[in-house]
Amino acid sequence: MKLQKIVEALDLMVATKNADLGAEVSGGYASDLLSNVMGQAKTDMLWITMQGHQNIAAVAALLGLSAVIVAGGSHVEKDALEKAERNSVVILTTDLPAYEVIGRIYALGVKNEI
Amino acid sequence: MNETNKMKLTYDVVSGDFDRAGEASSAIKRLLQRLGIPADIIRRIAIGTYEAEMNVIIHAGGGVVMAEISPESTIIVVTDKGPGIPDIEQAKQEGWSTAPDYIRQMGFGAGMGLPNMIKCSDRIDIASEVNEGTKITMEFKHADKV
Ligand SMILES: Nc1ncnc2c1ncn2[C@@H]1O[C@H](COP(=O)(O)OP(=O)(O)O)[C@@H](O)[C@H]1O
Ligand SMILES: [Mg+2]
Repeated sequence: MKLQKIVEALDLMVATKNADLGAEVSGGYASDLLSNVMGQAKTDMLWITMQGHQNIAAVAALLGLSAVIVAGGSHVEKDALEKAERNSVVILTTDLPAYEVIGRIYALGVKNEI
Repeated sequence: MNETNKMKLTYDVVSGDFDRAGEASSAIKRLLQRLGIPADIIRRIAIGTYEAEMNVIIHAGGGVVMAEISPESTIIVVTDKGPGIPDIEQAKQEGWSTAPDYIRQMGFGAGMGLPNMIKCSDRIDIASEVNEGTKITMEFKHADKV
């Protein structure tokens, strides 16, 4: 499913400038532990987290994730957005709690092969 | 890449510098992409290098990330002159971490860095002396694991 469709369905805020929402989303991973995401998230996945600091941009760029959704109204730091923009990482934000975000994306049919 | 070619790159990693954290790993990843190394192997190299780079930033007061790229493999050597690891077997355990609270709040300190490095690499050597420093050597073959 295209990232654009998920952004529209959940009414997510696109926090990074010049974000390309044309990416194909392969599934999702939810965690606030960076090494856990590093070890488990796969390329083109969405990452749902409460972390809003700049290290999320580095992790997402290194893994080639389709986007990071910072959930629960969690604050995204300015340098996180700048780092994301420099590395073509898309950061999306929402006031919806992580559980709700994941549930709605799952209901759209985005599931992982397990 | 020419058969006889061996590239050697060195990146300084600065203690506590989260602005530049991951830059060494990113630069190595971009170079490997340009060299046409398979994506799944680059992914493993990126994960292993990032974990070692972050450990130097968080636990060791800075150090050096070195990449040696040949047609057959990438070898990553990460060295520091930090406090060293007193018990390497314990440090390798999933969940073991001495990271302070403010580091944990950023989502580091889950104690999964060394386990990730072990899982991602084809070979790893962890050498450490208390009060002297730590040297992590990881080898990644450019052909898939069999
Ligand atoms: N370069 C290093 N210098 C000193 N100690 C280290 C270094 N790398 C790892 N360690 C020690 O090993 C522990 C486990 O490392 P790791 O598995 O990466 O987990 P984490 O970084 O989340 O604590 C660290 O908490 C730290 O005590
Ligand atoms: Mg670590």
